[in-house]
Amino acid sequence: MKSLLSIFNRGLLKENPVFILMLGLCSVLAVSVSVVNAIGMTLAYSFVLICSELTISSCRKWIPKSLRVPIFILTIASFVTILGLVMKAYFPDLDKALGIFIPLIVVNCIIIGRVEAFAYRKSVIESLFDSLGMSAGYGIAIIAIAVVREILGNGTLFDIPLFGAHFQPALILILPPGAFLVIGLEIALVNAILKKTEAKRGTSK
Amino acid sequence: MNDLQQLGQILLQSIFAQNLVFIRFLALCSFVGLTADFNSAVGMSWAVTFVTVLASAVSYVVYHFLLVPFNLEYLQTITFILTIAVFVQLVEIYLKKAIPSLHRMMGIYLPLIASNCMILAVALLNVTEKYNLLEATVFSLGASIGYALALIIMAGIRERLRYAKVPELMKGYPLIFIASAFIAIAFMGLQGLGR
Repeated sequence: MKSLLSIFNRGLLKENPVFILMLGLCSVLAVSVSVVNAIGMTLAYSFVLICSELTISSCRKWIPKSLRVPIFILTIASFVTILGLVMKAYFPDLDKALGIFIPLIVVNCIIIGRVEAFAYRKSVIESLFDSLGMSAGYGIAIIAIAVVREILGNGTLFDIPLFGAHFQPALILILPPGAFLVIGLEIALVNAILKKTEAKRGTSK
Repeated sequence: MNDLQQLGQILLQSIFAQNLVFIRFLALCSFVGLTADFNSAVGMSWAVTFVTVLASAVSYVVYHFLLVPFNLEYLQTITFILTIAVFVQLVEIYLKKAIPSLHRMMGIYLPLIASNCMILAVALLNVTEKYNLLEATVFSLGASIGYALALIIMAGIRERLRYAKVPELMKGYPLIFIASAFIAIAFMGLQGLGR
């Protein structure tokens, strides 16, 4: 049980897919305009990651090594297609806001990377915890960026105005340059936190 | 003449105002990963331009002559990713045999390209923007020039940053993103181009 929890925890900070591994940045930067979009993207992404890891890990004994990459891609693409059709049918507004980044989950490096490096080698339970941890790490990153961008760039949180009518939002944070600015500062912050915890661990030993 | 203007507009828009990397946030993995030195940025740009233009034409043909007649448009994601993966393999085999000098230049970048989100994105955007074959080709050319421009600018900046005195915490990725923010502001200034 402890090892399962440590697999889950790894995705949160130490191997955070966005802040540390620098993978799957496209959707993180593009969608983090509002917190609602960020949560929608996290759910969509988690669905594909969890389903693909579970499928590959439960079938891993029958997948020949030489054919594994096309099989991975097809599996991921099928789940993305299912997701796209469901979103078009039930959440048309969210689908329009996320736009091209839903089909682009197929080429998200994190998903194929986790499937190849983890799910293909490990048991179903371990893969479940790995995919949950990675999804949570992705969610933390995208929501952390979206919160800053929405509050400072639009003066709202979950579309509820936070400040009075006199508040002048910094529009630049909603525009594309703001995404780069916020992620740059947040990566620096994460690095600072990691360094501090490491230093603490060093002195306690 | 009017058609020509339309094409010029698509080209300028896709290079500057809708720059793939800085405004549309695509292909960021290779943008961060391959700009550490100038030569690999140039090699990757050539390879991406070559594959994007050809793959967008191929996927256009597949979409309009295979998927549309059978009402299978909802399979576009799966079909495009397969088409691109197969196409990249074919290009690699062909270049290796036929044009070895070109293969030496961009051979090592070709496998990376299959998972580059830019090529799939261009193929999908061609469909959503309802471009015809000529417009799609011009758009994919503009998008790859924009990508090459972004990679080369960033590689140049990173070469300078290596010798600059920067705060310890901002070293590496944080500074890359903050520099990108300023370049993105410059690209947004070109928003009116080609309107």
